[in-house]
Amino acid sequence: MNEELITSGRLNYKIDPQLHIWGWEIPTYLFLGGLAAGILFFAAFYYLRGKEKEMTAAIKIAPMLTPIMLGIGLFVLFLDLHHKPFFWRLYTTINLESPMSWGAWTLMVITPVSILWSASYLKDVFPGWDWKFKLLNNLEAWAIKSRITLAWIMIFFSIILGVYTGILLSAFNARPLWNTSILGALFLVSGMSAGAATIMMMSKNHFERSLFNRIDLVLIGIELFLVIHMFMGFLASSQVQIESAQLFLGGPFTLPFWTIAVFTGMILPGLLEFLEMRGRRIPAYIPGLLILAGNITLRFIIVYAGQASRYLY
Amino acid sequence: MRYAMAVDTKKCVGCADCVVACQTENQVPIGYCRDWIVENTAGTYPKLELEIRSERCNHCNNSPCVRCCPTGASHYADGGIVLVTEDKCIGCGACIASCPYDARYPHPDGHVDKCTFCMHRVKNGQKPACVEVCPTHCMYFGDLDDPNSEVSLVLKNRKYKRLIPEAGTDPQLYFLI
Repeated sequence: MNEELITSGRLNYKIDPQLHIWGWEIPTYLFLGGLAAGILFFAAFYYLRGKEKEMTAAIKIAPMLTPIMLGIGLFVLFLDLHHKPFFWRLYTTINLESPMSWGAWTLMVITPVSILWSASYLKDVFPGWDWKFKLLNNLEAWAIKSRITLAWIMIFFSIILGVYTGILLSAFNARPLWNTSILGALFLVSGMSAGAATIMMMSKNHFERSLFNRIDLVLIGIELFLVIHMFMGFLASSQVQIESAQLFLGGPFTLPFWTIAVFTGMILPGLLEFLEMRGRRIPAYIPGLLILAGNITLRFIIVYAGQASRYLY
Repeated sequence: MRYAMAVDTKKCVGCADCVVACQTENQVPIGYCRDWIVENTAGTYPKLELEIRSERCNHCNNSPCVRCCPTGASHYADGGIVLVTEDKCIGCGACIASCPYDARYPHPDGHVDKCTFCMHRVKNGQKPACVEVCPTHCMYFGDLDDPNSEVSLVLKNRKYKRLIPEAGTDPQLYFLI
Protein backbone atom coordinates (compact mmCIF):
# COMPACT_ATOMS: atom_id res chain seq x y z
CA MET A 1 0.00 0.00 0.00
CA ASN A 2 1.14 3.51 -0.71
CA GLU A 3 -1.45 6.09 0.20
CA GLU A 4 -1.06 9.85 0.00
CA LEU A 5 -3.60 11.94 1.86
CA ILE A 6 -3.78 15.67 2.25
CA THR A 7 -4.67 15.76 5.94
CA SER A 8 -4.69 19.52 6.48
CA GLY A 9 -7.71 19.79 4.20
CA ARG A 10 -7.11 21.36 0.84
CA LEU A 11 -10.08 22.23 -1.29
CA ASN A 12 -8.74 24.93 -3.57
CA TYR A 13 -11.38 25.91 -6.10
CA LYS A 14 -10.91 24.13 -9.45
CA ILE A 15 -7.83 22.29 -8.15
CA ASP A 16 -9.19 19.78 -5.63
CA PRO A 17 -10.10 16.98 -5.55
CA GLN A 18 -9.17 16.90 -9.22
CA LEU A 19 -7.85 19.62 -11.47
CA HIS A 20 -10.61 21.27 -13.46
CA ILE A 21 -9.23 24.64 -14.38
CA TRP A 22 -10.48 24.40 -17.97
CA GLY A 23 -14.15 23.76 -18.61
CA TRP A 24 -16.11 23.78 -21.88
CA GLU A 25 -14.56 27.00 -23.18
CA ILE A 26 -11.13 25.65 -24.09
CA PRO A 27 -12.29 22.57 -26.07
CA THR A 28 -14.92 24.68 -27.84
CA TYR A 29 -12.25 27.14 -28.86
CA LEU A 30 -9.84 24.37 -29.88
CA PHE A 31 -12.57 22.98 -32.13
CA LEU A 32 -13.46 26.32 -33.72
CA GLY A 33 -9.82 27.32 -34.11
CA GLY A 34 -8.88 24.02 -35.73
CA LEU A 35 -11.90 24.11 -38.03
CA ALA A 36 -11.19 27.69 -39.13
CA ALA A 37 -7.53 26.78 -39.67
CA GLY A 38 -8.57 23.88 -41.91
CA ILE A 39 -10.94 25.98 -44.01
CA LEU A 40 -8.48 28.85 -44.41
CA PHE A 41 -5.68 26.48 -45.34
CA PHE A 42 -7.68 24.89 -48.15
CA ALA A 43 -8.97 28.27 -49.37
CA ALA A 44 -5.46 29.68 -49.62
CA PHE A 45 -3.95 26.49 -51.01
CA TYR A 46 -6.42 26.12 -53.86
CA TYR A 47 -6.43 29.83 -54.57
CA LEU A 48 -2.68 29.70 -55.08
CA ARG A 49 -3.15 26.65 -57.31
CA GLY A 50 -5.40 28.82 -59.50
CA LYS A 51 -8.64 26.93 -58.84
CA GLU A 52 -10.74 30.01 -58.07
CA LYS A 53 -13.34 29.21 -60.76
CA GLU A 54 -13.96 25.53 -60.02
CA MET A 55 -13.77 25.64 -56.25
CA THR A 56 -16.26 28.27 -55.16
CA ALA A 57 -17.15 26.67 -51.83
CA ALA A 58 -13.55 26.16 -50.74
CA ILE A 59 -12.19 29.54 -51.82
CA LYS A 60 -15.13 31.89 -51.57
CA ILE A 61 -18.01 30.59 -49.44
CA ALA A 62 -16.61 28.48 -46.59
CA PRO A 63 -14.00 31.10 -45.57
CA MET A 64 -16.88 33.49 -44.85
CA LEU A 65 -17.70 31.36 -41.84
CA THR A 66 -14.21 31.66 -40.41
CA PRO A 67 -14.41 35.24 -39.05
CA ILE A 68 -17.54 34.12 -37.18
CA MET A 69 -15.85 30.97 -35.88
CA LEU A 70 -12.74 32.86 -34.82
CA GLY A 71 -14.90 35.58 -33.27
CA ILE A 72 -16.85 33.06 -31.21
CA GLY A 73 -13.58 31.29 -30.40
CA LEU A 74 -12.00 34.49 -29.13
CA PHE A 75 -15.11 35.27 -27.13
CA VAL A 76 -15.16 31.89 -25.37
CA LEU A 77 -11.44 32.26 -24.67
CA PHE A 78 -12.24 35.58 -23.06
CA LEU A 79 -15.00 33.90 -21.02
CA ASP A 80 -12.43 31.40 -19.79
CA LEU A 81 -10.20 34.08 -18.26
CA HIS A 82 -10.54 34.54 -14.52
CA HIS A 83 -9.03 38.03 -14.54
CA LYS A 84 -10.91 39.46 -17.52
CA PRO A 85 -10.12 43.19 -17.24
CA PHE A 86 -6.45 42.39 -17.82
CA PHE A 87 -6.89 40.39 -21.06
CA TRP A 88 -4.96 43.05 -23.00
CA ARG A 89 -1.82 41.98 -21.20
CA LEU A 90 -1.62 39.20 -23.79
CA TYR A 91 -0.72 41.86 -26.31
CA THR A 92 1.94 43.64 -24.31
CA THR A 93 4.14 40.54 -24.15
CA ILE A 94 5.66 38.03 -26.51
CA ASN A 95 6.77 34.92 -24.66
CA LEU A 96 8.16 32.49 -27.21
CA GLU A 97 8.13 29.68 -24.66
CA SER A 98 4.40 30.03 -24.05
CA PRO A 99 2.08 28.36 -26.57
CA MET A 100 -0.72 30.59 -25.33
CA SER A 101 1.28 33.66 -26.29
CA TRP A 102 1.85 32.18 -29.75
CA GLY A 103 -1.86 31.51 -30.02
CA ALA A 104 -2.87 35.01 -28.96
CA TRP A 105 -0.61 36.60 -31.57
CA THR A 106 -1.56 34.10 -34.28
CA LEU A 107 -5.24 34.92 -33.74
CA MET A 108 -4.36 38.61 -33.90
CA VAL A 109 -2.98 38.03 -37.42
CA ILE A 110 -5.32 35.42 -38.84
CA THR A 111 -8.64 36.91 -37.68
CA PRO A 112 -8.26 40.20 -39.63
CA VAL A 113 -6.84 38.29 -42.60
CA SER A 114 -9.86 35.98 -42.62
CA ILE A 115 -12.13 39.04 -42.52
CA LEU A 116 -10.29 40.68 -45.43
CA TRP A 117 -10.38 37.46 -47.44
CA SER A 118 -14.11 37.01 -46.90
CA ALA A 119 -14.79 40.66 -47.67
CA SER A 120 -12.91 40.41 -50.93
CA TYR A 121 -15.37 37.75 -52.13
CA LEU A 122 -18.55 39.16 -50.65
CA LYS A 123 -19.69 40.80 -53.90
CA ASP A 124 -18.99 37.57 -55.83
CA VAL A 125 -21.22 35.56 -53.56
CA PHE A 126 -23.86 38.22 -52.83
CA PRO A 127 -24.06 40.31 -56.02
CA GLY A 128 -26.39 42.85 -54.40
CA TRP A 129 -23.93 43.70 -51.63
CA ASP A 130 -23.13 47.37 -51.11
CA TRP A 131 -20.31 48.51 -48.81
CA LYS A 132 -21.91 51.99 -48.50
CA PHE A 133 -18.72 53.74 -47.33
CA LYS A 134 -15.87 54.80 -49.58
CA LEU A 135 -13.31 53.63 -47.06
CA LEU A 136 -14.76 50.11 -47.09
CA ASN A 137 -14.82 50.09 -50.88
CA ASN A 138 -11.15 51.06 -50.94
CA LEU A 139 -10.36 48.37 -48.43
CA GLU A 140 -12.18 45.81 -50.53
CA ALA A 141 -10.31 46.88 -53.66
CA TRP A 142 -7.04 46.55 -51.73
CA ALA A 143 -7.99 43.11 -50.43
CA ILE A 144 -8.89 41.90 -53.93
CA LYS A 145 -5.54 43.17 -55.22
CA SER A 146 -3.62 41.55 -52.37
CA ARG A 147 -5.23 38.11 -52.46
CA ILE A 148 -1.94 36.36 -53.22
CA THR A 149 -0.27 37.93 -50.19
CA LEU A 150 -3.30 37.18 -48.02
CA ALA A 151 -3.27 33.56 -49.22
CA TRP A 152 0.38 33.08 -48.24
CA ILE A 153 -0.26 34.61 -44.81
CA MET A 154 -3.29 32.32 -44.45
CA ILE A 155 -1.35 29.16 -45.35
CA PHE A 156 1.41 29.97 -42.91
CA PHE A 157 -0.73 31.09 -39.98
CA SER A 158 -3.47 28.49 -40.44
CA ILE A 159 -0.85 25.77 -39.97
CA ILE A 160 0.47 27.53 -36.86
CA LEU A 161 -3.10 27.90 -35.58
CA GLY A 162 -3.91 24.24 -36.23
CA VAL A 163 -0.73 22.95 -34.61
CA TYR A 164 -0.96 25.34 -31.71
CA THR A 165 -4.38 24.04 -30.66
CA GLY A 166 -2.59 20.77 -29.85
CA ILE A 167 0.72 22.20 -28.66
CA LEU A 168 -1.17 24.34 -26.16
CA LEU A 169 -1.92 21.12 -24.32
CA SER A 170 1.18 19.09 -25.13
CA ALA A 171 3.47 21.72 -23.61
CA PHE A 172 2.26 20.78 -20.12
CA ASN A 173 4.42 17.98 -18.83
CA ALA A 174 2.53 18.09 -15.55
CA ARG A 175 -0.41 16.38 -17.31
CA PRO A 176 1.02 13.18 -18.78
CA LEU A 177 -1.88 12.60 -21.16
CA TRP A 178 -1.30 15.92 -22.88
CA ASN A 179 2.44 15.62 -22.80
CA THR A 180 2.86 14.08 -26.25
CA SER A 181 3.97 16.05 -29.29
CA ILE A 182 1.65 13.90 -31.41
CA LEU A 183 -1.18 16.07 -30.13
CA GLY A 184 0.01 18.99 -32.28
CA ALA A 185 -0.11 16.89 -35.43
CA LEU A 186 -3.32 15.13 -34.42
CA PHE A 187 -5.19 18.39 -33.80
CA LEU A 188 -3.83 19.93 -37.00
CA VAL A 189 -4.97 16.97 -39.10
CA SER A 190 -8.29 16.66 -37.33
CA GLY A 191 -8.93 20.41 -37.78
CA MET A 192 -8.10 20.09 -41.47
CA SER A 193 -10.43 17.12 -41.71
CA ALA A 194 -13.21 19.21 -40.15
CA GLY A 195 -12.43 22.00 -42.61
CA ALA A 196 -12.56 19.61 -45.57
CA ALA A 197 -15.85 18.18 -44.27
CA THR A 198 -17.36 21.66 -43.97
CA ILE A 199 -16.31 22.58 -47.50
CA MET A 200 -17.68 19.26 -48.75
CA MET A 201 -21.04 19.97 -47.14
CA MET A 202 -21.21 23.50 -48.60
CA SER A 203 -20.09 22.62 -52.08
CA LYS A 204 -22.65 22.43 -54.88
CA ASN A 205 -20.21 21.27 -57.49
CA HIS A 206 -19.46 17.62 -58.04
CA PHE A 207 -15.75 18.02 -58.82
CA GLU A 208 -15.12 19.98 -55.64
CA ARG A 209 -17.23 17.71 -53.47
CA SER A 210 -15.55 14.55 -54.64
CA LEU A 211 -12.11 16.15 -54.30
CA PHE A 212 -12.75 17.06 -50.65
CA ASN A 213 -14.32 13.66 -50.09
CA ARG A 214 -11.01 12.09 -51.10
CA ILE A 215 -8.91 14.61 -49.18
CA ASP A 216 -10.96 13.97 -46.08
CA LEU A 217 -10.56 10.23 -46.45
CA VAL A 218 -6.77 10.61 -46.49
CA LEU A 219 -6.89 12.96 -43.49
CA ILE A 220 -9.01 10.49 -41.51
CA GLY A 221 -6.48 7.78 -42.33
CA ILE A 222 -3.69 9.98 -40.98
CA GLU A 223 -5.75 10.76 -37.89
CA LEU A 224 -6.27 7.09 -37.09
CA PHE A 225 -2.58 6.47 -37.63
CA LEU A 226 -1.75 9.28 -35.19
CA VAL A 227 -4.22 8.02 -32.58
CA ILE A 228 -2.64 4.56 -32.71
CA HIS A 229 0.83 6.06 -32.50
CA MET A 230 -0.19 8.21 -29.56
CA PHE A 231 -1.23 5.14 -27.59
CA MET A 232 1.84 3.16 -28.65
CA GLY A 233 3.94 6.05 -27.38
CA PHE A 234 2.06 6.22 -24.07
CA LEU A 235 2.24 2.50 -23.42
CA ALA A 236 5.96 2.39 -24.15
CA SER A 237 6.66 5.42 -21.95
CA SER A 238 7.02 6.03 -18.22
CA GLN A 239 4.54 4.88 -15.59
CA VAL A 240 2.67 8.20 -15.54
CA GLN A 241 1.97 8.01 -19.26
CA ILE A 242 1.00 4.34 -19.07
CA GLU A 243 -1.51 5.32 -16.41
CA SER A 244 -2.80 8.25 -18.43
CA ALA A 245 -3.39 5.92 -21.41
CA GLN A 246 -5.40 3.69 -19.07
CA LEU A 247 -8.00 6.48 -18.90
CA PHE A 248 -8.87 5.37 -22.43
CA LEU A 249 -8.12 1.70 -22.09
CA GLY A 250 -10.64 0.66 -19.48
CA GLY A 251 -10.78 3.94 -17.57
CA PRO A 252 -13.66 6.44 -17.45
CA PHE A 253 -13.02 7.90 -20.92
CA THR A 254 -12.90 4.58 -22.76
CA LEU A 255 -16.47 4.52 -24.04
CA PRO A 256 -16.85 8.12 -25.29
CA PHE A 257 -13.40 8.15 -26.82
CA TRP A 258 -13.54 4.94 -28.81
CA THR A 259 -17.22 5.10 -29.77
CA ILE A 260 -17.91 8.79 -30.38
CA ALA A 261 -14.52 10.31 -31.19
CA VAL A 262 -12.92 7.39 -33.01
CA PHE A 263 -15.73 5.21 -34.38
CA THR A 264 -18.53 7.63 -35.29
CA GLY A 265 -16.13 10.57 -35.69
CA MET A 266 -13.45 8.95 -37.85
CA ILE A 267 -14.05 5.34 -38.91
CA LEU A 268 -17.74 5.57 -39.85
CA PRO A 269 -17.49 8.81 -41.88
CA GLY A 270 -14.33 7.40 -43.44
CA LEU A 271 -16.27 4.32 -44.54
CA LEU A 272 -19.09 6.47 -45.91
CA GLU A 273 -16.60 8.59 -47.82
CA PHE A 274 -14.99 5.46 -49.17
CA LEU A 275 -18.38 4.20 -50.39
CA GLU A 276 -19.08 7.60 -51.94
CA MET A 277 -15.76 7.39 -53.73
CA ARG A 278 -16.72 3.97 -55.06
CA GLY A 279 -19.85 5.44 -56.60
CA ARG A 280 -22.55 5.08 -53.92
CA ARG A 281 -24.69 8.17 -53.43
CA ILE A 282 -24.22 9.33 -49.87
CA PRO A 283 -25.39 12.82 -48.88
CA ALA A 284 -22.26 14.83 -47.94
CA TYR A 285 -23.80 16.11 -44.73
CA ILE A 286 -23.92 12.64 -43.14
CA PRO A 287 -20.15 12.03 -43.00
CA GLY A 288 -19.64 15.81 -42.67
CA LEU A 289 -21.70 16.21 -39.52
CA LEU A 290 -20.31 13.00 -38.03
CA ILE A 291 -16.79 14.36 -38.52
CA LEU A 292 -17.64 17.69 -36.90
CA ALA A 293 -19.30 15.93 -33.95
CA GLY A 294 -16.35 13.58 -33.58
CA ASN A 295 -13.97 16.50 -33.79
CA ILE A 296 -15.53 18.49 -30.97
CA THR A 297 -15.89 15.33 -28.85
CA LEU A 298 -12.21 14.51 -29.34
CA ARG A 299 -11.24 17.92 -28.00
CA PHE A 300 -13.59 17.77 -25.03
CA ILE A 301 -12.32 14.32 -24.09
CA ILE A 302 -8.64 15.22 -24.45
CA VAL A 303 -9.03 18.44 -22.44
CA TYR A 304 -11.02 16.76 -19.66
CA ALA A 305 -9.01 13.54 -19.52
CA GLY A 306 -5.73 15.46 -19.52
CA GLN A 307 -6.77 17.22 -16.35
CA ALA A 308 -7.57 13.87 -14.78
CA SER A 309 -4.08 12.55 -15.56
CA ARG A 310 -1.27 13.42 -13.19
CA TYR A 311 2.07 12.43 -11.76
CA LEU A 312 2.32 9.59 -9.27
CA TYR A 313 2.03 11.66 -6.18
CA MET B 1 21.35 33.77 -4.21
CA ARG B 2 19.05 30.77 -4.31
CA TYR B 3 16.36 30.52 -1.67
CA ALA B 4 15.24 27.05 -0.71
CA MET B 5 13.37 25.29 2.06
CA ALA B 6 13.96 21.98 3.76
CA VAL B 7 11.27 20.11 5.70
CA ASP B 8 12.27 17.42 8.16
CA THR B 9 9.82 14.56 7.69
CA LYS B 10 11.15 12.90 10.85
CA LYS B 11 10.18 15.89 12.96
CA CYS B 12 6.96 17.04 11.29
CA VAL B 13 3.90 15.93 13.24
CA GLY B 14 1.34 17.25 10.77
CA CYS B 15 -0.21 19.78 13.14
CA ALA B 16 -0.97 22.15 10.23
CA ASP B 17 0.23 25.20 12.15
CA CYS B 18 2.18 26.18 9.02
CA VAL B 19 -1.04 26.10 7.01
CA VAL B 20 -2.88 28.38 9.41
CA ALA B 21 0.13 30.69 9.81
CA CYS B 22 0.31 31.11 6.03
CA GLN B 23 -3.40 31.76 5.73
CA THR B 24 -3.22 34.42 8.44
CA GLU B 25 0.02 36.05 7.34
CA ASN B 26 -0.89 36.22 3.66
CA GLN B 27 -4.63 36.82 4.08
CA VAL B 28 -5.34 33.76 1.99
CA PRO B 29 -9.08 33.81 1.17
CA ILE B 30 -11.24 31.49 3.24
CA GLY B 31 -11.45 28.01 1.76
CA TYR B 32 -8.04 28.22 0.07
CA CYS B 33 -4.51 27.35 1.10
CA ARG B 34 -1.01 27.91 -0.22
CA ASP B 35 0.53 25.12 1.83
CA TRP B 36 -0.81 21.80 3.03
CA ILE B 37 0.09 18.63 4.91
CA VAL B 38 0.45 15.28 3.16
CA GLU B 39 0.51 12.02 5.08
CA ASN B 40 1.99 9.13 3.21
CA THR B 41 1.33 5.65 4.51
CA ALA B 42 3.34 2.88 2.91
CA GLY B 43 3.65 -0.83 3.53
CA THR B 44 1.31 -3.56 4.72
CA TYR B 45 -0.22 -3.74 8.17
CA PRO B 46 1.31 -4.14 10.72
CA LYS B 47 4.51 -3.04 8.99
CA LEU B 48 3.41 0.45 8.06
CA GLU B 49 5.55 3.48 7.62
CA LEU B 50 4.24 7.00 7.93
CA GLU B 51 5.79 10.06 6.40
CA ILE B 52 4.40 13.52 7.04
CA ARG B 53 5.27 16.41 4.78
CA SER B 54 4.43 20.09 4.79
CA GLU B 55 4.14 20.99 1.11
CA ARG B 56 3.87 24.18 -0.91
CA CYS B 57 5.13 25.68 -4.17
CA ASN B 58 8.56 24.19 -4.95
CA HIS B 59 9.93 27.44 -6.44
CA CYS B 60 11.47 25.32 -9.17
CA ASN B 61 14.62 26.34 -10.99
CA ASN B 62 13.02 25.27 -14.26
CA SER B 63 9.43 26.34 -13.65
CA PRO B 64 6.87 25.21 -16.21
CA CYS B 65 4.51 27.88 -14.85
CA VAL B 66 6.91 30.68 -15.75
CA ARG B 67 7.55 29.20 -19.18
CA CYS B 68 3.90 28.87 -20.15
CA CYS B 69 2.69 32.25 -18.84
CA PRO B 70 1.57 34.26 -21.89
CA THR B 71 1.86 37.64 -20.20
CA GLY B 72 4.99 37.32 -18.10
CA ALA B 73 2.94 37.64 -14.88
CA SER B 74 4.60 34.49 -13.51
CA HIS B 75 8.26 35.29 -13.13
CA TYR B 76 11.41 34.60 -11.18
CA ALA B 77 12.16 37.15 -8.49
CA ASP B 78 15.43 37.61 -6.58
CA GLY B 79 16.72 34.36 -5.19
CA GLY B 80 14.86 32.25 -7.75
CA ILE B 81 11.50 32.69 -6.06
CA VAL B 82 8.56 32.22 -8.41
CA LEU B 83 6.01 35.02 -8.07
CA VAL B 84 2.85 36.21 -9.83
CA THR B 85 2.34 39.89 -10.69
CA GLU B 86 -1.35 40.28 -9.99
CA ASP B 87 -2.14 43.04 -12.46
CA LYS B 88 -0.34 41.27 -15.28
CA CYS B 89 -2.16 37.97 -14.68
CA ILE B 90 -5.15 37.33 -16.95
CA GLY B 91 -6.25 34.18 -15.11
CA CYS B 92 -5.97 31.94 -18.17
CA GLY B 93 -5.09 28.94 -16.01
CA ALA B 94 -2.10 27.80 -18.08
CA CYS B 95 0.28 27.94 -15.11
CA ILE B 96 -2.22 26.05 -12.95
CA ALA B 97 -2.40 23.25 -15.51
CA SER B 98 1.37 23.27 -15.91
CA CYS B 99 2.24 22.72 -12.25
CA PRO B 100 2.88 19.05 -11.41
CA TYR B 101 2.48 19.89 -7.71
CA ASP B 102 -0.91 21.63 -8.06
CA ALA B 103 0.56 24.45 -5.98
CA ARG B 104 -1.39 27.25 -7.66
CA TYR B 105 -5.05 28.21 -7.56
CA PRO B 106 -7.29 30.90 -9.01
CA HIS B 107 -7.77 33.59 -6.35
CA PRO B 108 -11.39 34.75 -6.01
CA ASP B 109 -10.20 38.18 -7.26
CA GLY B 110 -9.32 36.54 -10.59
CA HIS B 111 -5.55 36.38 -10.61
CA VAL B 112 -3.56 33.26 -9.81
CA ASP B 113 -2.20 32.91 -6.31
CA LYS B 114 0.49 30.80 -4.69
CA CYS B 115 3.20 30.59 -2.03
CA THR B 116 5.67 33.48 -2.18
CA PHE B 117 8.15 32.08 0.37
CA CYS B 118 6.84 35.13 2.34
CA MET B 119 9.08 37.48 0.36
CA HIS B 120 7.75 40.46 2.30
CA ARG B 121 9.09 38.92 5.51
CA VAL B 122 12.31 37.51 4.05
CA LYS B 123 13.24 40.97 2.74
CA ASN B 124 13.14 42.25 6.33
CA GLY B 125 15.36 39.47 7.56
CA GLN B 126 12.50 37.40 8.94
CA LYS B 127 11.69 33.79 8.14
CA PRO B 128 8.60 32.74 6.17
CA ALA B 129 5.52 32.53 8.41
CA CYS B 130 5.28 28.74 8.16
CA VAL B 131 8.90 28.28 9.23
CA GLU B 132 8.57 30.81 12.03
CA VAL B 133 5.60 29.15 13.74
CA CYS B 134 6.53 25.48 13.37
CA PRO B 135 6.34 24.06 16.91
CA THR B 136 8.75 21.21 16.14
CA HIS B 137 11.20 23.41 14.22
CA CYS B 138 11.04 20.99 11.33
CA MET B 139 11.49 23.59 8.59
CA TYR B 140 14.64 25.31 7.45
CA PHE B 141 14.80 28.26 5.10
CA GLY B 142 17.69 30.12 3.57
CA ASP B 143 20.12 30.71 0.76
CA LEU B 144 21.65 27.63 -0.86
CA ASP B 145 24.51 29.72 -2.25
CA ASP B 146 25.60 30.51 1.29
CA PRO B 147 27.30 27.35 2.62
CA ASN B 148 26.64 28.43 6.20
CA SER B 149 22.93 29.07 5.88
CA GLU B 150 20.56 26.93 7.93
CA VAL B 151 19.25 25.15 4.88
CA SER B 152 22.68 24.50 3.33
CA LEU B 153 23.97 23.01 6.57
CA VAL B 154 21.01 20.72 7.11
CA LEU B 155 21.12 19.50 3.50
CA LYS B 156 24.84 18.78 3.89
CA ASN B 157 24.30 16.62 6.95
CA ARG B 158 21.08 14.81 6.15
CA LYS B 159 19.68 12.62 3.40
CA TYR B 160 16.89 14.24 1.47
CA LYS B 161 14.53 13.78 -1.42
CA ARG B 162 12.57 16.08 -3.67
CA LEU B 163 9.07 15.58 -5.03
CA ILE B 164 8.60 14.40 -8.63
CA PRO B 165 12.12 15.27 -9.77
CA GLU B 166 11.30 13.31 -12.93
CA ALA B 167 9.04 16.15 -14.01
CA GLY B 168 12.25 18.02 -14.77
CA THR B 169 11.36 21.13 -12.82
CA ASP B 170 14.36 21.10 -10.46
CA PRO B 171 12.23 21.78 -7.37
CA GLN B 172 13.75 23.70 -4.45
CA LEU B 173 11.73 22.20 -1.63
CA TYR B 174 13.77 19.50 0.09
CA PHE B 175 12.39 16.78 2.33
CA LEU B 176 14.79 15.37 4.90
CA ILE B 177 14.34 11.64 5.28
